[in-house]
Amino acid sequence: MIEFHLDTKSGVSPYLQLVQQVRHALRLGVLREGDQLPTVKEAVAQLAINPNTVLKAYRELEHEGLVAARPGVGTFVTATLTDTSLAAHGPLRLELRRWLAKARRAGLDDESIEALFMTTFRHTAQEDIA
Amino acid sequence: MKTVLQAQGLGKRYGRRWALRDCTIDIPAGHVVGLVGPNGAGKTTLLKLASGQLEPTRGGINVLGGRPAEGPAQLAKVGFVAQDTPVYAGLSVADHLRLGARLNPGWDAALARERIRLLGLDPNHRAGKLSGGQRAQLALTLGLAKRPELLILDEPVASLDPLARREFLQGLMEAVVEHELSVVLSSHLVADLERVCDFLIVLVDSRVEVAGEVDKLLATHHRLTGPRRDPDRLPADQDVVSARHTDRQSTLVIRTDAPIHDPAWTVSRLSLEDLVLAYMEKHTADNRRIALEVR
Repeated sequence: MIEFHLDTKSGVSPYLQLVQQVRHALRLGVLREGDQLPTVKEAVAQLAINPNTVLKAYRELEHEGLVAARPGVGTFVTATLTDTSLAAHGPLRLELRRWLAKARRAGLDDESIEALFMTTFRHTAQEDIA
Repeated sequence: MKTVLQAQGLGKRYGRRWALRDCTIDIPAGHVVGLVGPNGAGKTTLLKLASGQLEPTRGGINVLGGRPAEGPAQLAKVGFVAQDTPVYAGLSVADHLRLGARLNPGWDAALARERIRLLGLDPNHRAGKLSGGQRAQLALTLGLAKRPELLILDEPVASLDPLARREFLQGLMEAVVEHELSVVLSSHLVADLERVCDFLIVLVDSRVEVAGEVDKLLATHHRLTGPRRDPDRLPADQDVVSARHTDRQSTLVIRTDAPIHDPAWTVSRLSLEDLVLAYMEKHTADNRRIALEVR
């Protein structure tokens, strides 16, 4: 079982934060197939949030094929995200480290690095959509 | 879809002052509705009209298909927790539950006892000796054990410390899941309600400025930043909520259902708090304009 938390200042909508936390737990192997997610009542009582927020997050996860609802029982994990992508994390991190070192040598400070990363990230994301 | 609260041109006047004007809203059932506005905006007036403690001066209001307080059946359907969650200081916790059972035909004694137990309250304790948070929880317990279809709460968390505030809203949201009740609660701080409400009404100076589902409101309001521009020259489907200008830059909050294609604008999301503030700002700006025109 996992416990949700919310960052109200992040600008990410609460329902999406819940979705991301489940995906994150799946990626890290904290949640595995067959595990139960907190019931809506539990999540609501813990976070003091609107029940529809939790329902919306669970519907989204269901739509992605990650969980399934068993009426009257709860919501259960039906898939795992730890497969192929986890193996790629190591090499990707290494490359990123090299890139960061290069950026520092070129005189970029933390803020410039973050800004460069975020604009490039957003730009490619937009190109992918278009 | 079932309607929980419907108002048509609703108004309430005290002497020469209108506490609420031209209020037309339609709230579907199954929502937690946040009623937000500055102090003195008319929030309490609207809530008291909905619970039948006040009679409208103008227009009509319909709550769960009936006229507020028109009979015992209607009274049983609506629960009301007044401002600052009042309790009887001289009576014990158990006395409050007995009183609740005596006054409400649909009283859920098991629910009341269980909540008091979970809260760790001593039934023999006098209500006057409880902490602010405990008093609020006792008032909430009375409101819930009545088993209403709609629970109205007027500024329930305003006087509570952050922990008590969180605990109060936790209890309220748990009850929403368990009993499928609709809730209308007011606050002068949107931050208090941001997490719990999925329908928002912004009330400023006795008028409803905007009302709707929170998701929809957030999806249709945007902040535009770009080179200075006259707001009147925007596309017709973009309603300007607020506008600020420097000599070179314009920052607008607009409402639109259509996508924004103009590449000159940087479009960003609004938080619920920014959205509410934009409407309050709009209201002040409109008032200033009226004052100038009168002169």
